[in-house]
Amino acid sequence: MTEPVLEVEDLHVTFPTDDGLVTAVRGVSYRLRPGEVLGIVGESGSGKSVTSLAVMGLLPATARVTGSARYRGRELLGASDSELSGIRGKNVAMIFQDPMTSLNPVYSVGYQIAEAVRAHNDVSKQAAMSRAIELLDTVRIPNAAERAASYPHELSGGMRQRVVIAIAMANDPDVIIADEPTTALDVTVQAQIMQALETAKTATGAAMVLITHDLGVIAGQADRVMVMYAGKLVEAGSAEDVFYTPRMPYTLGLLGSLPRLDQKSKQLTPIVGAPPSLINMPPGCPFTPRCPLAQPVCDEIEPPLAATTSLDHLAACHFSSELVEAKPDDVFNTEVADTKALAEFVRQTEGGP
Amino acid sequence: MSAAVEPAADVVGGAPVLSVRNLVKHFPVRSRGVLRRQIGVVHAVCDVSFDLIAGQTLGLVGESGCGKTTTARVLLNLQPATGGEVHYNGTDIASLSAKQMRGLRRELQIVFQDPYASLDPRLPVNEIVAEPLRIHGLYGDGGRAAVRDLLRTVGLKPEHGNRFPHEFSGGQRQRIGVARALALKPRVLVLDEPVSALDVSIQAGVLNLLEELQDELGLSYLFVSHDLSVVRHVSDRIAVMYLGRLVETGGADELFERAAHPYTQALISAIPLPDPRKERARERITVIGDVPSPVNPPSGCRFRTRCPKFAGELSESERRRCVEDQPELIVRGQGHPVACHYAAAAQLL
Repeated sequence: MTEPVLEVEDLHVTFPTDDGLVTAVRGVSYRLRPGEVLGIVGESGSGKSVTSLAVMGLLPATARVTGSARYRGRELLGASDSELSGIRGKNVAMIFQDPMTSLNPVYSVGYQIAEAVRAHNDVSKQAAMSRAIELLDTVRIPNAAERAASYPHELSGGMRQRVVIAIAMANDPDVIIADEPTTALDVTVQAQIMQALETAKTATGAAMVLITHDLGVIAGQADRVMVMYAGKLVEAGSAEDVFYTPRMPYTLGLLGSLPRLDQKSKQLTPIVGAPPSLINMPPGCPFTPRCPLAQPVCDEIEPPLAATTSLDHLAACHFSSELVEAKPDDVFNTEVADTKALAEFVRQTEGGP
Repeated sequence: MSAAVEPAADVVGGAPVLSVRNLVKHFPVRSRGVLRRQIGVVHAVCDVSFDLIAGQTLGLVGESGCGKTTTARVLLNLQPATGGEVHYNGTDIASLSAKQMRGLRRELQIVFQDPYASLDPRLPVNEIVAEPLRIHGLYGDGGRAAVRDLLRTVGLKPEHGNRFPHEFSGGQRQRIGVARALALKPRVLVLDEPVSALDVSIQAGVLNLLEELQDELGLSYLFVSHDLSVVRHVSDRIAVMYLGRLVETGGADELFERAAHPYTQALISAIPLPDPRKERARERITVIGDVPSPVNPPSGCRFRTRCPKFAGELSESERRRCVEDQPELIVRGQGHPVACHYAAAAQLL
């Protein structure tokens, strides 16, 4: 097996707040192999963004980060800012969710791309600018030479995100971390951005960490998938493993709660309750309060991320073996409305005062 | 039901509870400065007609800025229409004054998109749900019990009624919004992006709740959303909107299995499927560029500037028709109405 480009081991991130210690990430480990796409999927607050921000050293100074994150063997956690600056943007590039806030409003987009080029290469301003225009062309911005002089507010959301992708490509990185790259965009524009991302990946040959809550995007792009819940990895495996034979009830519920475009509508399986507060987490599996399979043991012992049927398909559940061949509606209850209360309401107000 | 209302192009079975005819909404664009002269018009909704069949769900789908929310608001007379008619129970709502509307508001309710902005942060939940009852003078003696039952109905605990909105999660807040809308036992519920602010696992709960309520109470829904998967799931019929105009309408399965307008096809094709093998085997129809400004929409067919068919398949003379001639929303041999001169059904899923 080839050496991983990015290796994250037992990453923990905590933030001190007025209410107590928020444990945003609790022991995340993964290896990113050259050229692969690793999808990280989870709902809001699951810690998927914080994981990558911690790797890049972009968290506020109050955050406490422990564990290890190595880029080609070089430790990134605790590295000095100048050391990180040499790697950020050059070897590891990042694409953020909101292109309006990740671009500087007072510089033209061409200037900002050229700046990224010049930060890591000793080239003239003209050479950097012509490279910038070339990059804009690669991400399919029409009239790249003219557009380079535009400011971010003059561009649409989709165009801005393409500029951000051009910046990420500028130095031929080995790793691109894309954090919800399409979330703020309309669907037709989303498809355009996914194409631009693919272009960026082919042009640079970079491995990609794709963070999103959209299971469809993951299904189309990711070679391997990791599911996060309450700051932990709860399932990991190939895209086929995770989508076709999920072995963690959360993943199963998530897939069952998704309305499908390609099927006639059938009953969805919502997951009751809400994700736990990350302050003072109780022992045991964080999914227990919402889990239809929960047993007393789930409240006491947090299940480790362990191999299931194959060594590459991991799940963190005491009862993952019971989920073989399970369908979402076998496990989850689909009823939500209290029909008795409804009938009562209708009866009482019938006729009205 | 007013006999004067001509059926919309594609009425199938059932009696319409709400009929929208040639609805138009323009917003003035004003200059800066003291005079604020009108310098243009935003064509938010143009000539939109559809029927909402009793007991059914009509999904109104489109991208941001296409006018779907404006349609919903004009429909309920929350904003005055520039033109057109909205028939409910034999009356044209669009022509009613705010005072005359009051009585009808009991029967036509709305659930808003943002569960954080649509609940008064200073009112406890009991009061939020009771407010419509009080306004319409229906609270009386049974009001307390009604509120408790409503909260139970939407899956909340009645003892939480004394809490304030900020103590609830997004999904729970949206349930409060639904309970409030149900309080007056409406016949029609307009749902404006009711689940788009929610995580998927929570969203499914709200969608199931809405479906069960519809079955129990025989409600009619106008479901406005940008999410095609959600719309397919909840709708009996679907209307696709682009830049203020309806471009295609039809039964939910029909529309997804035989989409005939290039825009609908592009929308369906752009949505990634949560199924790795299927998703990787798909061919994409991608549209070019961004949505044009509704202040100055393209002549003829509004989609032509982004249309893959216009750009790739049509000859010069065929294109002229797209530029000059506004395509009507009529049945063109695909079994449902399409607003495209060169409509051709395609199997995309």
